[in-house]
Amino acid sequence: MCTYQTARLTLEGSGRGRQGWFPLTDASVYVDHPVHFPAGHALMIDLLNPSRGPEARMAVELDAPSARALAESILASLDAVPPGLLDVPAPVPAQADTGDAA
Amino acid sequence: MTDAMRAETVTLEGDGDDTIEAYLAQPVGGEPRGGVVVIHHLPGYDESTKEIARRFAAHGYAAVCPNLYSREAPGADPDDAAAAARARGGVPDDRLVGDVAGAAAHLRTLPSCNGKVATIGYCSGGRQSFLAACSLELHAAVDCYGAFVVGTPPEGSGMTVGPVVHLAGNLSCPLLGLFGAEDRYPGPEQVDELEQALVAADKEFEFHTYPDAGHAFFAVDRPSYRPQAANEGWAAIWSFFGRHLAD
Repeated sequence: MCTYQTARLTLEGSGRGRQGWFPLTDASVYVDHPVHFPAGHALMIDLLNPSRGPEARMAVELDAPSARALAESILASLDAVPPGLLDVPAPVPAQADTGDAA
Repeated sequence: MTDAMRAETVTLEGDGDDTIEAYLAQPVGGEPRGGVVVIHHLPGYDESTKEIARRFAAHGYAAVCPNLYSREAPGADPDDAAAAARARGGVPDDRLVGDVAGAAAHLRTLPSCNGKVATIGYCSGGRQSFLAACSLELHAAVDCYGAFVVGTPPEGSGMTVGPVVHLAGNLSCPLLGLFGAEDRYPGPEQVDELEQALVAADKEFEFHTYPDAGHAFFAVDRPSYRPQAANEGWAAIWSFFGRHLAD
């Protein structure tokens, strides 16, 4: 199926795209047909800066075990950081979903 | 019949008189036949969808595929455009209907088109093909495994797209439905529910559900491709369009 569920986040950071580094402001996380990964469905992540146009985008397509392992590694890394080292605010959920997709 | 064709990117007037991009493939020579609006799947206005448009032209039907993401990402790569559209919340149903209406009007201006117009859509486009056929005057419509024509999204999923089966009474044309027996969205029980709604509304339809096929069995560039189901599905499409689009 084409899932219509999309988690959207605002975030702060930088990413490296086809034009080099650029500021990241938004992310979409969803399950859909991958463009490149050879599977029927994949966990998709888009890291975006919509103000810089559609091409300001970093994309990954992961199978489910890989996506879970990545998420767990991110959380474990953050949990292991000494207090005070990372003083930027945590990302804030912008919308739980969008739905209503094409 | 000649198999010569002309295929190119064009612009047309979509919903709200917006100028949108579209891919047009039309036969060159031969008698005019009906035209086909090809509604692309959620991953976008991509190469495989354009190839489908060319396939219709090779069989004598002018086909136009509007880029449903023209507004969000003009000129962008298809996957970037799909991501941009998704990040903005996707394509509203009313805008989709307006874009399909514009594509149908464009087809009717072509010398290769006899004035009859059908829609065909895949995945999310299957739902949109049904929606368009319930909203516009068409001559035929094809729903290829469209999810959420029937069925409420799972509780807590956050999906806001809604079922459109309640529009069955407004269906303006015969409907061909092509489904995979192993698909879950739509699952066989949802196909049955749509069939019951069409029977209750006294609408003309033809459904085929193929064994050993799941979602997206037509997609030749994806692991979901099932040659036997796809070949039988294409045969059903040619028969259906031969009855409803040709003079």
